[in-house]
Amino acid sequence: MRVRLIVAALTAVAVAVLSAGACGKRGAGDEISIGEYGSLTGGIATFGISTKNASEMAFDEVNQAGGVLGKKIKLFVEDDQSRPEEAGTVVTKLINQNRVVAMLGHVASSHSLAAAPICQASRIPMISPSSTNPRVTQVGDYIFRVCFIDPFQGAVMAKFAADTLKLKKVAQLVDVRSDYSVGLQTFFRQHFKRLGGEVVAEQSYSQGDSDFRAQLTQIKAVNPEAIYVPGYYTEVGTITRQARELGITVPLLGGDGWDSPKLWEIGGDALNGCYFSNHYSTDDPSPLVQKFVNDYKAKYNQVPDALAALAYDAARIMADAMTRAGSTNGEKLRDAIAATKDFQGVTGSISINEDRNAVKPAVVLKVENGKYLLVETISPEAVKL
Amino acid sequence: MTTFLQQLVNGLSLGSIYALIALGYTMVYGVLRLINFAHGDVYMVGAYAGYYLSRKLKGDEPSLLAALVVMLGAMAACAALGIVIERFAYRPVRRAARLTLLITAIGVSLFLENAAQLVFGPDPKFFPSLAPRADILLGGVRITSEQLAVIGVSFLLMLALRFFILKTRTGKAMRAVSFNLDTAKLMGISTDRIIAVTFALGSSLAAAAGVLIGMQIPKIDPLMGILYGLKAFVAAVLGGIGNIPGAVIGGLLIGASEVMVVGYLSSTYRDAIAFAILILVLLLRPQGILGRVQKEKV
Repeated sequence: MRVRLIVAALTAVAVAVLSAGACGKRGAGDEISIGEYGSLTGGIATFGISTKNASEMAFDEVNQAGGVLGKKIKLFVEDDQSRPEEAGTVVTKLINQNRVVAMLGHVASSHSLAAAPICQASRIPMISPSSTNPRVTQVGDYIFRVCFIDPFQGAVMAKFAADTLKLKKVAQLVDVRSDYSVGLQTFFRQHFKRLGGEVVAEQSYSQGDSDFRAQLTQIKAVNPEAIYVPGYYTEVGTITRQARELGITVPLLGGDGWDSPKLWEIGGDALNGCYFSNHYSTDDPSPLVQKFVNDYKAKYNQVPDALAALAYDAARIMADAMTRAGSTNGEKLRDAIAATKDFQGVTGSISINEDRNAVKPAVVLKVENGKYLLVETISPEAVKL
Repeated sequence: MTTFLQQLVNGLSLGSIYALIALGYTMVYGVLRLINFAHGDVYMVGAYAGYYLSRKLKGDEPSLLAALVVMLGAMAACAALGIVIERFAYRPVRRAARLTLLITAIGVSLFLENAAQLVFGPDPKFFPSLAPRADILLGGVRITSEQLAVIGVSFLLMLALRFFILKTRTGKAMRAVSFNLDTAKLMGISTDRIIAVTFALGSSLAAAAGVLIGMQIPKIDPLMGILYGLKAFVAAVLGGIGNIPGAVIGGLLIGASEVMVVGYLSSTYRDAIAFAILILVLLLRPQGILGRVQKEKV
């Protein structure tokens, strides 16, 4: 009887303490909590690290200039270990435990797709810096992105292959575990066919695989003029290296998933002469870009990749939207983000359209001796048929 | 036709890796009737040992000598690891029920995987290239120097093992212990020592496989042992568990079928084929290709 009384008393105390804690109003206090989820470890770790570095740098600058609405921004970053299943878990933690008012993330579309429904249901505005699969913003009206989408990116590479490289026969090697890769492959194929090209072979692999010789042997047998590999840098580097070992000499083409400082470390010389589409180039002479590149280099000892540039823009747009909304309330913040027009970002002039995407030009970069050289800039008008 | 032959070469080199790992499974089972689930992770440790050794030795010119030193170093390291695992994890429970041994093996496997993630970091690492490139072109079929190294070294190691088992006293003792542990003890064989040697041999072969894979597919990560270990286990079962030539045949078959499935069917079935083979083997011919049916007399 005594034991039962004690247990009941303890339970009552526990419930009281927990509910008192949970009663804290989201957004109260003298700091604005923003959440960010990314892959800081695993096969796409450089994406998460670049994004985290750049958004931290952006918010540091904002805080030093006085913060937003008189308060400092506090960034909570969570790692989903390059696993889409984890993305949902960490976002739930950020929303429920850290009580964030807004979310930044993810780079990889599969992860964004896993987490967006949670943000939408909790009415937390989410800005993805670099997810390019169109389905991400279709989840709901609280989900935005500051980059272009894959129907455009696929068309960009198709146009480059057909018009600039004058190719007629291309093979494809797709990561079937990644929504980004599957989407990009479809869009490339559609546009390339419309421009008169032919996709002569389609092979697949799964993210995490390390042996691609079987697929590459099949591709080599049909003699393509190039291979489109719209995957992530860890596999792409290994694929390129194994392709060269098998005697495949044609260039490999890809998308922004290639952009990583680790790509050259993995692929090495095999990557010389390959091309990929991306969001910005460090060769851009604009003073805004060069200042960003220099500041990032000084702070993190690394040249910022496109993921960093996009994260920088996404973070600054988030802060700017809060200022314009005059509050961190979910609905008002969402409306302010949706109204973003001609924001001068490092990756170009960003305006959010009615699909909650940004319409921007893309660049095509060539890999040469560990450097990415700007070859061509392709605008949305140029790929209209 | 050249494509098919090229795929065959690819399958042979992958299969040699499976064969090397399968040998470890099969030897330990033969001697202890224990499926050493931690064996796949010993292979992973071997790959990392090779990685750190090759980083230390990295000269400007890739050289055959460096590759040899790295492989021998990794083999020695894993032989030691195998002995330690046997001594501290398996020997205390050797007389216990089979299930206890099995669970202990799984425990060691989990321990190695998570320790590796802590110590080496969970991100994949990339083997630097060691041996100089020297590809052969036979008709339309290209055999890379890495594939040559894999097939050649595996073949040599398997021959060396066969020689050891058949022609040396320790090998004879191993065969005796696998026949009947208690009788071997009565005959004056130090069973503890023989079992330790068995583990050391199996683990060093797994380490060689790890280094070879590191040279061929430069990516290594702490969880690489899981899938490779499982498929090598399937290979050992396919060839007849406890049977050494069987492990080799099983490994080559699994490697070849995996490559053929990926090349001619779809890469999504790459892992499924090995386990489909396992189910078929257990249903149709559980003793494996070269295994003998063991009748238990009660």
